[in-house]
Amino acid sequence: MGWQKLTNAQIAWRAAQDIEDGAYVNLGIGFPEMVAKFQPEGRDVIYHSENGILGFGEAPPEGEEDWDLINAGKKAVTLNPGASIFHHTDSFAMVRGGHLDVAILGAYQVAQNGDLANWRIGTKGIPAVGGAMDLVHGAGRVAVVTDHVTKDGKPKLVESCSFPLTGVGCVTRVYSSLAVVDIEAGRFVLREKLARISMDELQSLTGAPLHLDGNVGDLVTPDLS
Amino acid sequence: MDKTIACLADAVTDIHDDAVLMIGGFGGSGAPIELIHALIDRFRATGSPKNLTVVNNNAGNGGIGIAAMIRAGMVRKIICSYPRTSQPESFTSKYLSGEIELELVPQGTLSERIRAAGAGIPAFFTPTSYGTELSEGKQIQEFDGKPYVMERWLKADFAFVKAELGDPHGNLTYRLAARNFNPSMCMAAKTTIAQVTRTVPLGGIDPEQVITPGIFVNGVVEVPNPRQEEDRVRAGEVY
Repeated sequence: MGWQKLTNAQIAWRAAQDIEDGAYVNLGIGFPEMVAKFQPEGRDVIYHSENGILGFGEAPPEGEEDWDLINAGKKAVTLNPGASIFHHTDSFAMVRGGHLDVAILGAYQVAQNGDLANWRIGTKGIPAVGGAMDLVHGAGRVAVVTDHVTKDGKPKLVESCSFPLTGVGCVTRVYSSLAVVDIEAGRFVLREKLARISMDELQSLTGAPLHLDGNVGDLVTPDLS
Repeated sequence: MDKTIACLADAVTDIHDDAVLMIGGFGGSGAPIELIHALIDRFRATGSPKNLTVVNNNAGNGGIGIAAMIRAGMVRKIICSYPRTSQPESFTSKYLSGEIELELVPQGTLSERIRAAGAGIPAFFTPTSYGTELSEGKQIQEFDGKPYVMERWLKADFAFVKAELGDPHGNLTYRLAARNFNPSMCMAAKTTIAQVTRTVPLGGIDPEQVITPGIFVNGVVEVPNPRQEEDRVRAGEVY
């Protein structure tokens, strides 16, 4: 294979390019949080945290944390000018009420109809859902950032999810380590792919048919290493 | 009208066995740790209250606060969205040994169920959890062509919250993101006790700045220098 998959930072960079100026955005805990680092200059993007913050900024320097000011991942954050604070119920009204423009989440699996599985893998251990099932509803766009395949090479873009669902038909776009794929009318539509990966190879790493609708762009990101 | 309470021990005397107790906070922010510890003190001294159902976003971290309640053996059931934290052992061990029950609720649904109870709305429909295992057995109804899940209100006998300023009428303000679940919980419990960092006289809070109106609050106890859960857990403290 003459190609190298994107790093998480590169996937996050690609997702960040699509966040428009003035957008209200929720980034899921973990990998999706990285998207904020790559916000293109000149765009004013306001980040939402489920525990009641709009407009939080970067982490404070170590030793200057204020533990009354944390994000949904329970990490200390700061407030940007123009930030606001509100209670939990209002915060989820923003989520379900359709007030957010974009939610970017991680995934174990995404199905071609937009079903998302990202909260638990099986039935063992302690179940914990947090805000995952709420976040998939209401935002104008629900995007996923993910490796294209699992650590052992299995497709994460699948015909139907085998893991427990987080939401039904909710994902609108996937930014993977190999491609950008939209979900339209119950199917995967390929928008961009790494220039050096062949269609056949990309399809072989994808668990459901990739449809074409116009040109497929090259997925190009900065090095970022 | 004076809702102020002289000391933490007096603030927790009414909590009875088998009560449903909402505890505010998200992680350590807004968590009324000192009230919780006063309740643990009472349990250790008297054996009561026991068999509590605790409502919180999480299920305790490390060995203080809710985690310490669980360790002490006062908690029969947890209703929460995310029973995992950096140090979840207190809950995990009791859960895996079947000593504690878990009702897992999506975070926004948890918050809305609490608000609904406070607002006198017995049930509502939400898109959250539709088509997932967390909606199994629940009524589904379509509105404008989309399916929604019916969820019930979540009431409590008592709520413990942490606020910044409190006055004798029970009006409260909160510090930064320590607000989180606290205002909704104040509404949903029959009896709400707030620990406040500072009590002020009537008029000491600008009415425009009141976040929780005193009508939702029954008792106010001053804890002048509350310590943060994160700091105590990191220091390895066990209550």
